[in-house]
Amino acid sequence: MASRDDIKFLSNPNIGKERKKYCRFKKFGIKHIDYKDPDFLLQFINEQGKILPRRITGTSLKYQKKVAVAVKRSRHLAILPYVADLLK
Amino acid sequence: MKHYEVTFIVDPVLSGDEIKATEQVYESMLKDAGYGITHVDEMGLRQLAYPINRRSSGIYYCVEFSGETGEIVNKLELALRRDERIMRFLTISLDKYGVKYNDDKRNGLIGKVQTKAKKDSKSSGAKPSAPAPTPKPTPAPKPAPAPVKKAEPVASSEEE
Repeated sequence: MASRDDIKFLSNPNIGKERKKYCRFKKFGIKHIDYKDPDFLLQFINEQGKILPRRITGTSLKYQKKVAVAVKRSRHLAILPYVADLLK
Repeated sequence: MKHYEVTFIVDPVLSGDEIKATEQVYESMLKDAGYGITHVDEMGLRQLAYPINRRSSGIYYCVEFSGETGEIVNKLELALRRDERIMRFLTISLDKYGVKYNDDKRNGLIGKVQTKAKKDSKSSGAKPSAPAPTPKPTPAPKPAPAPVKKAEPVASSEEE
């Protein structure tokens, strides 16, 4: 009578499951990271302006290196701060 | 063929003509040396993330140029370093992806479209959970912490 699709869970079974991390540069085919774009780079730094590690953002090693260079370049040009409080 | 990109920050205290003249100096310098200028991006007056030479804002210029050799870069950087009107500069060499990125950006392919797509994909993940409540709670918590912050120093000063 009740097929498998009709089974309903009391709570959402997807809660608590870790979502698979992925490298956004590989997924969306981004080859060049612009150091003049602070809004984009803001995704890779924490509130204090520190570069987030790969284990949090999921970026592949190849692009993490490029992200780091881009953030450092924009810091030099005062587009991003070296040190900050409550950046986000 | 090598591609380069030099970004520099001009002192905002100067008048509009002086700022343009400053930019022209370096553009003509590159042209005289036989380099092709691909694009000059006037990014305009922007707030600096931290003060440089006691200035809190600056006028950003980005000049993209290309030539057979990179000999001019040393000369250009020396001139920029000696120039008092320039607050900061950065020269980078562009790889093929960088050149393509800048081309696409000029043609409007990157910047608006891509960021929107990204933001949409991200916000779409977050939106279903709270599309309407997000604007409402944000103003509410903001006033709340402010009095706390104000209250804390007062309290501490009283204790002291």
